[in-house]
Amino acid sequence: MTLLIFVTIGIIQQRRLFAVVILAGAYSFLMASVMLVLDAVDVALTEASVGAGISTVVLLATLHLTKTIEIHSLRPTAIPLLLSIVVGMLIVWGTLGLPPFGTADSPIHAHVAPRYLSQSIAETGVPNVVTAVLADYRGFDTLGEVTVIFTAGIGVMLLLRGLRRRDEGRSGAEQ
Amino acid sequence: MSLDLILRVGTKLILPFILLFALYVQFHGDYGPGGGFQAGVIAAGTIILYAITFGIRAAQRVVPRIVAERMVPLGILIFAGTGAVAMLLGGNFLDYSVLAHDPVHGHEWGIFLVEFGVLVTVAGTMLSLFYAFVERGR
Repeated sequence: MTLLIFVTIGIIQQRRLFAVVILAGAYSFLMASVMLVLDAVDVALTEASVGAGISTVVLLATLHLTKTIEIHSLRPTAIPLLLSIVVGMLIVWGTLGLPPFGTADSPIHAHVAPRYLSQSIAETGVPNVVTAVLADYRGFDTLGEVTVIFTAGIGVMLLLRGLRRRDEGRSGAEQ
Repeated sequence: MSLDLILRVGTKLILPFILLFALYVQFHGDYGPGGGFQAGVIAAGTIILYAITFGIRAAQRVVPRIVAERMVPLGILIFAGTGAVAMLLGGNFLDYSVLAHDPVHGHEWGIFLVEFGVLVTVAGTMLSLFYAFVERGR
């Protein structure tokens, strides 16, 4: 956790974006370790592969297209800073309403979770409860998630490819 | 592209194991941590590592761009198709009980197919994104 704080300060201080990307990858690995400590192995695996792997690659590819030095902001930063502080305090205030960490009788453990835990092997034959919940009980949600990935993917592809095609058309017209 | 000899040989050594790990995460996801999403990302990472070390041309000989882009909707079709087949066999949408002779077996099949659909879409999307970025940078 202490390392997490140091990496975050490093990300804020650093103006070379290459270093920021690498630090963000390190941050993801540290978050994966935190998830591992919390026994959320599936989340840890996702965080390590997506956060530290693919995000780093995509961010580096973006840096390849843009400049790698962060410029100083041209506009005054007071209002955005105030807004983010207020929103951050609202979020912290919201977490105060959550039940204490790890209590057995909090609402999330009282509804469907016991049934998933006790019945999932008998009903689905899959020992990993996370997989059973994701792919079976919550199949609709997962289908929605896949659709989100699909939409985001074609969105980015259209943006990058569309701009490129227009550039080609323009250079072709100039020739 | 001529890079370090160590990088090239090291990449060649490590690639099959990463791909194998992706398959393990995919098909062992029923028993241990993992599933289609993580496996898709790892499998795409394999090709991306190959592209970084040996150049985009070599990677596109392995997985052409058109294949990667077709994979994006194909995965969703597999996912939704599993649901539709369950509907045709008399169940609800994404109700796997009717997919095999007994409900538990049907659920195993359903989860397997759905996870495969997730794998295909995620791997395709990540790879197409990488290709799009690289080709834009040229």
